[in-house]
Amino acid sequence: MRWALALFLATPALAGVAPFLVTGDAIETPLAASPGDAARGAAIVRNRETANCLICHAIPDARERFMGDVGPSLAGVGSRLTPGQIRLRVVDPTRLNPEAVMPAYHRVEGLTRVDARHQGRPVLTAMEIEDVVAYLAGLKE
Amino acid sequence: MKWLLLLAMLPLAAAAQEVRPSRDFLSPALRAQQEDPSRHPGWLWVDEGEALWRRGEPSCRSCHGDIAGMRGVATRYPAVAADGALLNLEARIERCRVENQRAAPFGPESEALLALTAAVARRSRGMPMSVPVDGPAAAFLEEGRAFYEARQGQLNLSCGQCHDQNAGRNLRGDVISNGLGTGYPAYRLEWNGMGSLHRRLRACSLGVRATQFPLGAREYLTLELYLAHRARGMPVEAPGLRR
Ligand code: HEC
Ligand code: HEC
Ligand code: HEC
Repeated sequence: MRWALALFLATPALAGVAPFLVTGDAIETPLAASPGDAARGAAIVRNRETANCLICHAIPDARERFMGDVGPSLAGVGSRLTPGQIRLRVVDPTRLNPEAVMPAYHRVEGLTRVDARHQGRPVLTAMEIEDVVAYLAGLKE
Repeated sequence: MKWLLLLAMLPLAAAAQEVRPSRDFLSPALRAQQEDPSRHPGWLWVDEGEALWRRGEPSCRSCHGDIAGMRGVATRYPAVAADGALLNLEARIERCRVENQRAAPFGPESEALLALTAAVARRSRGMPMSVPVDGPAAAFLEEGRAFYEARQGQLNLSCGQCHDQNAGRNLRGDVISNGLGTGYPAYRLEWNGMGSLHRRLRACSLGVRATQFPLGAREYLTLELYLAHRARGMPVEAPGLRR
């Protein structure tokens, strides 16, 4: 019985995707038990090995050079969107617009030809999503 | 009624999206350098390729004559050979190397193969691409088109989401072009050398965290045919110069 319970709990962790509920255009409930950390989120957004958000987006930071403009600037995103709205847009923007260019950062289902090194794992963990949300929610202007 | 007509025309308009030559997306400095053989390191490969053309027994020249006779050939590749295989320029040269020159293959991405390919392709420089896509090429073209249009990789992006929808925009330090193969083989500063189109395609696959196919794989060959078709009327730029 204990074994069965452990297996049940372990299943979502194995898939690496936390369960979440979409209400309207947002995911209101955080994906992780502990609150996100904006400083960690700022580092994740800049990280070229994982999230690599700056290939497509600009952030308000004069020290960053060569930021992309495929997506809108993230300056002021914390005033335009609620944390819940930001969470859904980072978790899986195709839930809002099937044609979205913005990649889903917390999804493993329905992807094709994923490189073996990344198979079955989302780009960002639930905790990393929360860190990114905390950082973006703080970008008020 | 007019509204209905407009609606019916929409998909057509999207399909006829404008494609611009790859050099239009280069920085002015790189573009000028690409046009100037004396400042273009890719020309070292062209020179080496022209030397190889005259070497060996029998040499390429002994069958084909002066390499100037290769004018226009690159505008027609990839092409379906008599045995039904789809060959890009590299594969066509390797076939002559093995079957006609009766020597060991140069090998994918070898300096000799890049050099000969660059030397042959540059004889079409400035000429408009016009790859045949009817007859036996048609099925290959559709395979390439399907690959081009499919979202793929952990980042779930199709080629067109970058190279059609976002051409001209910045992806970090890169200006996204229409993703044509017309500049290949190309000298890429990041590679510090010459590289094939398939090597560049592997980089795009890696970029979206998708399966990288081997050089010469069917997936990239059919894709190359589709890219050549997309590039219809665009000038051959090989050897290209890229950052
Ligand atoms: C390949 C390009 C690309 C990458 C990489 C990317 N985005 Fe986006 N992003 C977009 C685009 C394009 C949009 C606009 C919606 C759409 O069409 O997908 C967008 C929209 C957004 C929005 C909504 C902004 C608004 O004002 O509505 C947020 C928030 C966002 N992105 C955050 C991120 C974060 C955080 C990362 C990295 C973890 C990231 N993006 C990586 C392209 C990208
Ligand atoms: C013994 C003769 C012979 C030698 C040697 C030879 N070729 Fe060929 N090559 C041919 C023939 C014959 C064809 C046409 C094959 C066909 O159309 O099926 C051909 C076709 C080609 C084509 C395609 C031309 C087109 O119009 O589509 C290229 C490019 C080429 N050869 C390059 C080379 C190179 C480079 C070498 C030396 C490494 C070489 N060949 C050596 C006989 C030769
Ligand atoms: C996330 C964006 C993105 C995706 C998706 C993408 N590419 Fe690219 N690609 C680039 C960038 C950036 C470059 C370098 C700048 C340029 O030349 O366009 C590039 C370069 C190229 C080039 C070289 C162009 C030249 O003249 O040097 C080709 C060809 C190409 N891509 C084809 C493809 C194909 C085919 C696919 C799909 C299998 C694909 N790309 C997917 C962003 C992307």
